[in-house]
Amino acid sequence: MNGNLQLNADGSLRHLLTLDGLPARILTQILDTAESFISVAEREVKKVPLLRGKAIFNLFFEPSTRTRTTFEIAAKRLSADVVNLNIATSAQSKGETLLDTVANLSAMQADMFVVRHASSGAAHLIARHVEPHIHVVNAGDGRCAHPTQGLLDMFTIRQHKGAFHNLRVAIVGDLLHSRVARSQIHALTTLGCPEVRIVAPRTLLPRDVDHLGVHVHYRMDTGIKDCDVVIMLRLQNERMQGALLPSPQEYFKYWGLTPDKLRHARPDAIVMHPGPMNRGVEIDSDVADGKHSVILNQVTYGIAVRMAVMSLLAGG
Amino acid sequence: MHLTDPNALIDRMAAAMRPLLRPDCALVGIHTGGVWVMDALAERLEVELPRGVLDISFYRDDFSRIGLHPEVKPSRIPFEVEDRHVLLIDDVLYTGRTVRAAMNLLFDYGRPASIRLAVLVDRGGRELPVCADFVGQALDLGPDEHISLQRDAAGMLSFIMKGAGA
Amino acid sequence: MKIRIRNGRVVDPASGLDAVRDIHVAAGRIIAMGAAPADFHANLDLDAAGLVVCPGLVDLSVRLREPGFEYMATLETEMRAAAAGGVTSLACPPDTDPPLDEPGLVEMLKFRTRNTPGPRVYPVGALTWKLRGERLTEMAELQEAGCVAFSQADAPLVDTKVLLRALEYAVTFDLPVWLRPQDPHLAHDGVAHDGVVAARLGLPAIPVPAETVALQTILLLVRETGARVHFARLSSRAGLDMVRRAKHDGLRITCDVGVHHAHLSEMDVADFNANCHLVPPLRSIRDREAIRHALAEGLVDAVCSDHAPVNDDAKELPFQEAEPGATGVELLLPLTLKWARESGVPLIRALDLITRRPAGILGVEAGVLAVGGPADVCIFDPDAPWTVSPKTLLSLGKNSPYLGMELQGQVRYTLIDGHLDYKRNHH
Repeated sequence: MNGNLQLNADGSLRHLLTLDGLPARILTQILDTAESFISVAEREVKKVPLLRGKAIFNLFFEPSTRTRTTFEIAAKRLSADVVNLNIATSAQSKGETLLDTVANLSAMQADMFVVRHASSGAAHLIARHVEPHIHVVNAGDGRCAHPTQGLLDMFTIRQHKGAFHNLRVAIVGDLLHSRVARSQIHALTTLGCPEVRIVAPRTLLPRDVDHLGVHVHYRMDTGIKDCDVVIMLRLQNERMQGALLPSPQEYFKYWGLTPDKLRHARPDAIVMHPGPMNRGVEIDSDVADGKHSVILNQVTYGIAVRMAVMSLLAGG
Repeated sequence: MHLTDPNALIDRMAAAMRPLLRPDCALVGIHTGGVWVMDALAERLEVELPRGVLDISFYRDDFSRIGLHPEVKPSRIPFEVEDRHVLLIDDVLYTGRTVRAAMNLLFDYGRPASIRLAVLVDRGGRELPVCADFVGQALDLGPDEHISLQRDAAGMLSFIMKGAGA
Repeated sequence: MKIRIRNGRVVDPASGLDAVRDIHVAAGRIIAMGAAPADFHANLDLDAAGLVVCPGLVDLSVRLREPGFEYMATLETEMRAAAAGGVTSLACPPDTDPPLDEPGLVEMLKFRTRNTPGPRVYPVGALTWKLRGERLTEMAELQEAGCVAFSQADAPLVDTKVLLRALEYAVTFDLPVWLRPQDPHLAHDGVAHDGVVAARLGLPAIPVPAETVALQTILLLVRETGARVHFARLSSRAGLDMVRRAKHDGLRITCDVGVHHAHLSEMDVADFNANCHLVPPLRSIRDREAIRHALAEGLVDAVCSDHAPVNDDAKELPFQEAEPGATGVELLLPLTLKWARESGVPLIRALDLITRRPAGILGVEAGVLAVGGPADVCIFDPDAPWTVSPKTLLSLGKNSPYLGMELQGQVRYTLIDGHLDYKRNHH
C-alpha cells in the first residue's frame, strides 16, 4: 500500500509515511545508516554537515514534546535549520485548513516536513499535495503509523539480537489504538521475523487483526512464553472510559509486565517500551529498570534512526 | 603512461615515513581504498600505531546532488584525536574534496596537533589547495581518465585504469 | 411543445417492452408509441437511432444541499446535474440546515424546485424535530406540504421508544418511513468498515453488527406496528440476509443500496482516498458480492446514487475528518449499466432498479413509458465511453471515487414533463 507515494521512480525513499509495504531493502538501509550515526553521537562534536542549508519544519498538529525533541536533535545534528510549529494552537484554530497551512509553509522554502497529527492518513494527505522537492516524514498519524518509532525499535532489536529470522516477538497491550504497534508489526514481518504475537484483551484488538500476520494471545503466560523480545505498549488513561477495560488495577494484574510474568519469556529476553511508561499500569518498575530492559537505549537509538531517515530522504 | 605496482609504491612510502614516526602518531585511512593502503603501510612500518577509519559520506559537498552513499560505514576513531599527530591516508588524490571532507570530519573528533597526508597516487586535477606530504607516484591524468585501487581475496592490491589513456 | 423521438430502442421495464419504436410527445404527455397520430407535427425531432430510450430515472437519494449548505452545491447546479444524469424524479433527504422538519420549509423547497429547470423533486421529511431523535415532527402536515416519506437521513435515532412511536404515528396516516439501519453506539466515531483495512490503517471502525442490530430492532418494530418501512443503503451481506428472511415472512418492507456499494469495497479505502469515505462505509469484498447478487436476484428494490456533493475544503482532509459522501447523480446510470454488464443482467432488468421500482417506493407516477403518462424520458448511448473528471461532472461536487476513470453509458437527452431539459452538446 502506498509504495508509490513513498518511493521515487528509482526505488529510493521519497517520503516516510508508513512501514506498511516498504521493502526490506529500504528498512535495512535505514538501519545500516543509523549505525553510522551512532558513532557520530559518541564524538566530541556530535554534528555532521550533511543537511547544511536545508530547512526542516516540525509540524505538530498534536502536541508531543518528546518526539518533537528527538526529531529536532536529529535535524540539528545533521546541521539542518529546524523550525518548530505547534499548529494545534495557531493556524488551525483560525480556520485555516491543513493543506493551506502546508502550502504556506512550502512557500517558506521548506525542504522537509515532519508531521504529527491526530488523524490517520494525515501525512499521506500532505505527501500527496506537497511540491516535488519536499519530503514528508510521518511522526505519528492517528492510529495508523509511527514509522520512525517502529524503525528505532527494529534497530534496538537488531543491536541486541543480531538478526530477525530466528526471533519470537510479543507485543503486549492496546493494539487497537496504537500506531506504534502497527509500524512494529509491519517492520517485523517485512524483516523476516517468523513469529509476532500480540497479547491483549479482545477489547483492545481490531477485528481481522490476524490479517496483519500476528498470532493473537489473550493471556500473558502463554503470550510471552519463550519470547526473545517483549514490547510493552503504553495504555492511555482515556482507555479506562468507554468500557474497554474495567480498571488499571485489573489490567496490571493480568497484562502488566512484572518480574514474575517475565519468567515465561526466554532468560535472555529484552523488554522494550516506546514510552512514556505508565509504571504500575502496563509495566512494573522492577522490570522497567531491570536487567532485561533496553528502554533507555531505545531513546538513544531514536536520534540516530531519525538522522538516518532524514539524510536518506534529503539525498534521495 | 607507466603504472608502478602498488605494493612497490607502498614499500617506498613506508621507507620515507619511518624516520618521521613518533609514539603520539596515529594512522587514519579514508574508506575504502585509503584503509587498504593504511593496513599495508602499517605492516611495513614495524611499530604499533593506533589506526582509525573515516567514512566521509556525511561530509561530502555533493550530497544534495547525488545523495547518501548506499553503503555508508561508521567512522571509527578509537583514540583521542586531541594533540595527536595524524597521518591521513588515501589511495588516490584528485580534486582534494575528499581530503577536505576528511579533515572536517577529523576535527569533529578533536583538535589534532598536525595532519600529514599520504596518498598512493596523485593524479593531478586539484580543485582545492591541497597537497600531499607523501606520494607513491604522481600521474598526469585527463578528466576522462579514471584510476582506482582494488584488493583481491588474498589481500593483493592492484590498479584499475579506465578511460582515454587506458 | 410536440416532440418526436425517432428510431430509438425503447426499453420500458414496466411493460416489458424492448423494441425500436417512435415516441410522440405533446403537452407533457406521451401521446403515442409507434405510428404517429394523425395531424402530429413535431416541433422537435430527436434522432435516437442507436440509442436507448427509457423512462426517466428515479433516484431515491439526491442531496441538493439547500437550504444551508450552498457552499457545497446549489439547487440549480444539482438539478441540472441530475437532468444530465437522466434523472427525472428524485427524493431529497431531510438533512439540510435547517432540516426539513417544518411544513414551511418543505413548501419553500417545493416552490423553489418547481421554478428551477430539472427533475421533479420529492422531499423526504424529517422523522424527528431537528433530526435529533427526540420529538416527532408534524408528519401529517409535512405530507400535505409535499413530503413523500419520513426519515432520519444519516442522523442517529438513539431512543428506541421514540423510534417505536414514530412508526406508530406514521402507521396512523399510512406514511412510509425510510430508515438507514445503524446502531449509533456501535457506529460511534467510526469511519470505515471494521475489517482488515481499518485494522491496517488504524481507522476508527463501524462493525457489521451496527447495521444488523439496528435492522433487527426495526424489523421487530415493523412486525409489532405494521409500519411501511423502507431500508435505505444496506451495506452488508448479513443485513441483506435478514431482509430476505423478513420479506419471505411477508413483511411490508423494501430496501435500496447506494450504487457505489455495488462496485467498491474497503480495499478502495486503502490509500486513504477520502472520496471513498462513504456512509455507510464500503465493506468487505464478500459484502459487495452479496450486494451484487441481491441486486440480480431482485431482493434489493432499488439502486440510488446517494448523491452527496462535497466541496474540496471539506474533502481534502485526513480520511476520518473528511466530509463523507460522493457525488453520484451523474454516475447512477453508467454504474448501474456497469454492474449489469459485469453480472450478465439484461438491460431491461437493470433499468427496472432505477426507474419503475424506485418510483413504486416513492409512490409517484414515474418510471414508466406509457401512452397518456408523463413524458419523463431518458435517452442514452449505452456504449459511449466518457471519463469522470471535474470538467465532465456538472455537479458542483467533484468528489467521486471514479475521478479519472472511464465509464460507459452517456445520457444524450433528458425529457422532463415533455420538455427537453437536457441535451448533450458534445459526444
